[in-house]
Amino acid sequence: MLMEVNDLHVSYGAIRALTGISCTLDKGEIVALIGANGAGKTTTLRTISGLIKPAKGSITFKNMDLTKMPPHKIVAAGISQVPEGRRVFPDMSVMENLEMGAYTRKDKGEIKESLNNVFKRFPRLEERKHQLAGTLSGGEQQMLAMGRALMSKPEVMLLDEPSMGLAPMLVKEIFEIIRDINKTGTTIMLVEQNAHMALSIADRAYVLETGEVVLSGQAKELANNEQVRKAYLGED
Amino acid sequence: MFEQQIINGLTLGSVYALIALGYTMVYGIIQLINFAHGEIYMIGAFAGVTMVTMLGQGFFVSITVAMLVCMVLGVVLERVAYRPLRKSTRLAALISAIGASIFLQNAMMLWKGPQPVGFPQVINDAIYHIGPIEVSKVQLIILATSAILMAVLNYIIKYVKIGKAMRAASQDYDTASLMGININRVISFTFAIGSALAAAAGVLVGMYFNSVAPLMGVMAGLKAFCAAVLGGIGSIPGAMLGGIFLGVAETMGIAAGFSTYKDAIAFTLLIIVLLFKPTGLLGKPIQRKV
Repeated sequence: MLMEVNDLHVSYGAIRALTGISCTLDKGEIVALIGANGAGKTTTLRTISGLIKPAKGSITFKNMDLTKMPPHKIVAAGISQVPEGRRVFPDMSVMENLEMGAYTRKDKGEIKESLNNVFKRFPRLEERKHQLAGTLSGGEQQMLAMGRALMSKPEVMLLDEPSMGLAPMLVKEIFEIIRDINKTGTTIMLVEQNAHMALSIADRAYVLETGEVVLSGQAKELANNEQVRKAYLGED
Repeated sequence: MFEQQIINGLTLGSVYALIALGYTMVYGIIQLINFAHGEIYMIGAFAGVTMVTMLGQGFFVSITVAMLVCMVLGVVLERVAYRPLRKSTRLAALISAIGASIFLQNAMMLWKGPQPVGFPQVINDAIYHIGPIEVSKVQLIILATSAILMAVLNYIIKYVKIGKAMRAASQDYDTASLMGININRVISFTFAIGSALAAAAGVLVGMYFNSVAPLMGVMAGLKAFCAAVLGGIGSIPGAMLGGIFLGVAETMGIAAGFSTYKDAIAFTLLIIVLLFKPTGLLGKPIQRKV
């Protein structure tokens, strides 16, 4: 097991956002966290990345307890995140955004290699490398955010709502790219409201409701589960 | 006469700009008005005087040492007065800043007394004539030093890794830490750079007016703060422009006979500019975070 989240409790003041989330991530997997707005999906990812400190519980990644580490050390340990809403640095160029993604790395040659890989995967980013990130379209910003996360050469990539606000065609393209990133050796944890897309590429999934895991299992089984179909796949 | 006033205004304005940069950079990253920044400028001036009078050093060594002293002071100030309050309300940090400001003023008065201290002449007072304009050697040194420091800052922000990290952190604090940027280190660096620039301004002003005083940072700090807001708080080119703009306007105002009201000019200008451009000259419309 690569990462284990155990009994995670997170509160924002008096509001309890997570009330005991446990999940695991094996090397090479795509794991999806699905659920409605406010179920705690984003909070879970932000806690893994160290932006939020939990009230209780642990996150173990390769014998390290991530809950005791600041965000920048977690990135250096091999976990990068594509945050919700893409969050590119709007007043920096595409190139500078990518450089920021490689902030923890020292070897110039290896960084250059990662950059070439990112440009190979997202040719449009290379065409626009001198453009300010804030002027890119939504789809391009999503690609930039993903490329930027890849620049740290992560072992685990956390993706928060990659489909948000994108046209259906683009959503398909983004999910194909996610699958491809996974095939080249990056373990992926994916948070999505678009449960249909998420379950179509994930190996396993967890269904979150009001801060708890209510269902979990193989993605294919969940996609056929009566309850999931009704609540999250919009079927009756 | 007009050209002459422009030169005098640029001299004063470049000093305001140096101080204003510290306000704007700190605000850009942690949204704090560092009200003790004027005191850093004052302590820089005293460090310069001390180097000259007690250790007999020249201009270059004095200004360098003053900058180094204030770098350390700025970093310590952030650690002691602001970092523990990072997660509290912005008002708490602001009050702490005002407290730090009062503390530093009084600490200096305790050490040196409340009276102004003379700044010995370190640069001979040669005067050059360029057509109808008179420029003193001190003015030239102020202009050149400010220009060099601002060029260096610009280079750091644009091309050096930690400078880029500063920009990233000022655009999106959380996401910057998701890149693996150590935000605490960026904040310390920001305080160090801002304080060094303020110290340089302090030494330059001390040299220009031949005197330094424990309360010199109050008005200079307020005006530089106006310059930063005028230019658009958080914007580095804005602080430079705002400082120059303010310096020239103030000098023009004095030349026009309003010397009694010279300190009011900055604040009047600030009100006028903010009425028409609420985010300052180069400030951006307030961004909504999606």
